[in-house]
Amino acid sequence: MRIICLVAAATILVAAGGIAFADGSGDPAAVKSEDGKYLDKEGNPTYKIQADGTVDWYTYSGYRRYHSECHVCHGPDGMGSSYAPALKDSLKTMSYGDFLAVVASGRKNVTTSQENVMPAFGDNPNVACYLDDIYVYLRARADDALGRVRPAKHDEKSKAYTDAEKSCMGH
Amino acid sequence: MRKVLLATGMSAMAVFAAGSATANDELNKMSQNPAEWVMPTGDYANTRYSKLKQITAANVGKLQVAWTFSTGVLRGHEGGPLIIGNTMYVHTPFPNKVYALDLSNESKIIWSYEPKQDPNVIPVMCCDTVNRGLAYADGKIFLHQADDKLVALNAKDGKVEWTAVNGDPSKGQTGTSAPMVVKDKVLVGTSGGEFGVQCSMTAYNIKDGKQAWKAYSEGPDDQILVDPEKTTALGKPVGKDSSLKTWEGDQWKIGGGCTWGWLAYDPSLNLVYYGSGNPSTWNPKQRPGDNKWSMTIFARNPDNGMAKWVYQMTPHDEWDYDGVNEMILTDQSIDGKPRKLLTHFDRNGLGYTLDRADGELLVAQKYDPKVNWTSGVDMNKNSPTYGRPKVLDEYSTDKQGEDHNNKGICPAALGSKDEQPAAYSPDTQLFYVPTNHVCMDYEPFKVSYTAGQPYVGATLSMYPPPGETHMGNFIAWDGKTGKIVWSNKEQFSVWSGALATAGGVVFYGTLEGYLKAVDAKTGKELYKFKTPSGIIGNVTTYEHAGKQYIAVLSGVGGWAGIGLAAGLTDPTAGLGAVGGYAALTNYTALGGALTVFALPQQ
Repeated sequence: MRIICLVAAATILVAAGGIAFADGSGDPAAVKSEDGKYLDKEGNPTYKIQADGTVDWYTYSGYRRYHSECHVCHGPDGMGSSYAPALKDSLKTMSYGDFLAVVASGRKNVTTSQENVMPAFGDNPNVACYLDDIYVYLRARADDALGRVRPAKHDEKSKAYTDAEKSCMGH
Repeated sequence: MRKVLLATGMSAMAVFAAGSATANDELNKMSQNPAEWVMPTGDYANTRYSKLKQITAANVGKLQVAWTFSTGVLRGHEGGPLIIGNTMYVHTPFPNKVYALDLSNESKIIWSYEPKQDPNVIPVMCCDTVNRGLAYADGKIFLHQADDKLVALNAKDGKVEWTAVNGDPSKGQTGTSAPMVVKDKVLVGTSGGEFGVQCSMTAYNIKDGKQAWKAYSEGPDDQILVDPEKTTALGKPVGKDSSLKTWEGDQWKIGGGCTWGWLAYDPSLNLVYYGSGNPSTWNPKQRPGDNKWSMTIFARNPDNGMAKWVYQMTPHDEWDYDGVNEMILTDQSIDGKPRKLLTHFDRNGLGYTLDRADGELLVAQKYDPKVNWTSGVDMNKNSPTYGRPKVLDEYSTDKQGEDHNNKGICPAALGSKDEQPAAYSPDTQLFYVPTNHVCMDYEPFKVSYTAGQPYVGATLSMYPPPGETHMGNFIAWDGKTGKIVWSNKEQFSVWSGALATAGGVVFYGTLEGYLKAVDAKTGKELYKFKTPSGIIGNVTTYEHAGKQYIAVLSGVGGWAGIGLAAGLTDPTAGLGAVGGYAALTNYTALGGALTVFALPQQ
């Protein structure tokens, strides 16, 4: 079921290349929203940051999930560590579909000079249930739409989100 | 000169050899000889003190690089080499290579060993693929591999003599710690506190690798090897089910309490000492109770693993303050009375001194003035909260609850000190402690457990204490009174193990890559040299052909390589001085190298 979603996302992505944004998924401008989730014109999840700094729920939630599950390798604020890439930079060229695929299935980059391995998180609900959240947060970081700070203000969690979270996490 | 020392060593030996004729009398004898460095901790007491005194406070300024050696591995290099006779044994992080170097022959490689390990173990190692070193006994080199296998190599040719499977990396159990040989056994801990592992200390027979005993940090009495009547905590029997009673349901099965720090051993008391790490998860709301015996100092009988005494420093952890740091065993007088002491600098920011025979708590004081989560430990023996730290509500991540961001907690999760071991000089009776000077915001939230997957449950952000410009201190500490004697500021956390010497010099490394020498009495900097990469290794000394050498591994990484690589926060965010937020990447890059120093030829 989760795999099917990933494939669908990847196909949507094909159309997105070649735009003058340092964003692997193209123009991040939000064109519509569904229950607090913002989508760009290609239908990829994106962030919405208001003039007063208020961020959408996904960006805020992604900040939290990133700093629990991802930062022990990828460093604070997506800045990278001594052994894992800065996702703030990776997402400048990586598409939404590729992001989902790598997080779900993992990646190995073992050569004579480095041994970098990312595990598959597809079966880890703490990550898999929050893929879009983490993606949206990192997309905002890659676009420099959000600095190296904890978002001070954020939209409330929607009911639809709460229900989906409960069913995904199983509690 | 050496003969005299050996003779002294042997008489000391005779005292405890009486208890059991053992396979490693050789090791006991060797550890008395300052020309060698036969165990990762230097000696069983973990003092990291050497009687060598060719290099002194007066001449250390002339120190030069004698030779260097590239390990061929990048990533974080913790620990330090062993020196056995004319051979130096150098270890590396994953893939855990071992090199035997011939000190009598221009450090030529006698043999090298590289295990075949599944690279899938890499991402289940929290905080880099570090390894803290090798152990030696009975002609064997013991290597604790990343995949939690313990391997005995023939010290002469590097051939595998036996392999013991200590844990299952697919469940998140990994190996980072250095083993310690005690009598006819080799003891080894395990890592995996961020993966919900029920962690243990395990002893294997050095002869054949057969498991002798395994003592879990939490669980039923027969698994944690305590005697409800005879094992004590702060002088009282622990009672039945001392661990089980402090967990909800069977949460102890994924309870953490990992044992990835250093071991110490007192031959006269026949006790080994080590600490256990954080309870899993980092969300304290999800695991009500004291979570015993996580965050605990254990004193165990090395023959059968039975605990003599335990002391839980941080009941019901709310900040990831692992209790695994080294236990340093000293004989000093307190109030005019000679005592057998154990001193421990905990992640929670408190420096503890206990009586190591019975676990009586003597001193518990902050060794970084910024520590703020507690107002101190209750030292009143008649109080119902005797021995417990008083937690301030505003810094209690449990009281503040899930989804609440607790700001300004000091120290940060990496502790006022992590695994980087302190040193003790009997000449000055001071401890030399490498410390972190970092605070944090901590927000716990609900997580699900999946075997082999991270089980964290908190969001953290770390930064130097508000208004400060530095993230580390190198301090001298009086363990008898619990007071800082002197303190040197360091721009970054000091993540390198210290060395104290009879020459009145103390050595340590810095994250920028400096090896530094300071005066043991005053802390005055006497020498520094920038090595190829940041130092998270421990400084070692040895003597060869009449010359004293200082050796240290460079290779930035470990936990320090995560937060500090890119700088902790945005220097423009305005929270403090720019210097305190500098990126380590502006100072150093990856690289595994051993640098060996000596005085120039006369």
